[in-house]
Amino acid sequence: MKEATELRDEQQMIASILDGESHLFHELIRPYERSVYMMALSFLKNEADAEDVAQEAFLKAYRNLASFRGESKFGTWVISITLNEARSRLRRVKTMPIESLDELPEEEGHVSPALLRDWREIPSELLERKEIRQVLQEAICEWPTIYREIFLLRDVEQLSTADAAEVLKITQVSVNARLRRDRLMLQKSLAPQLKKMNSKRRWFPWS
Amino acid sequence: MVIECKHVWEHISGYLDGTLDAEVLEQVQKHLEHCEICSAILDSTRNILVLTADDRVYELPLGYSERLHARLDKVLTGLELREKPKS
Repeated sequence: MKEATELRDEQQMIASILDGESHLFHELIRPYERSVYMMALSFLKNEADAEDVAQEAFLKAYRNLASFRGESKFGTWVISITLNEARSRLRRVKTMPIESLDELPEEEGHVSPALLRDWREIPSELLERKEIRQVLQEAICEWPTIYREIFLLRDVEQLSTADAAEVLKITQVSVNARLRRDRLMLQKSLAPQLKKMNSKRRWFPWS
Repeated sequence: MVIECKHVWEHISGYLDGTLDAEVLEQVQKHLEHCEICSAILDSTRNILVLTADDRVYELPLGYSERLHARLDKVLTGLELREKPKS
């Protein structure tokens, strides 16, 4: 999260942009380029569309900058715009089914984790491997949107619970409830696959 | 009070975030001390989260930033005044 001084700088930058120094917008958005793209990708599941949505979201932020009142953080505001942009894009592209928000009530469907007896540290070289990215992305792609978006915001982009709740316009209690389910689903689908990928190192001594 | 494994699983997320109430936290910690399975679930979840937070896991497409700023530049300098028509 941003330090107080950075937030102040951000507000000054926004004031200057509105005063006509529009080139500062490039600098203003740099810290959020990644989060915005990731958020778009979590909806569209396709790099080209995600990039397009990210561009549109930043353009919208620029055009509506005067309406940004500083009640939320700029980053949270931009991510909210991205979310709306991605959702409306999905509604236009009828080929892509969208899950109903009512489809999976939060209290329903307990997830049981994968049972393991031991888990050693994840070796850092594993992160360099392409398969690990695919395994992760494929696991997450199968989730309903409401779980995917909260996971992306909290566990990938590391937003605080309060900021994630603000972006999604849900309570912090709901954020934590969805996250609880997310993390169990993640552990359940990833732990056995990571075990297979790394079988020679025997992370999982019972195998 | 002793809690069962399946109740501990529900608290793993809160445990990792440090948001559990003192009473629940104590129950979970006591359980973890003697339960290998729940400890492994906790460790594996924590490790997976370390993995997902790593920037190397999700890479941005090559040239994404350049294309974004080039597009913005057109708008910022007034070359692209109106929103592109939606296709």
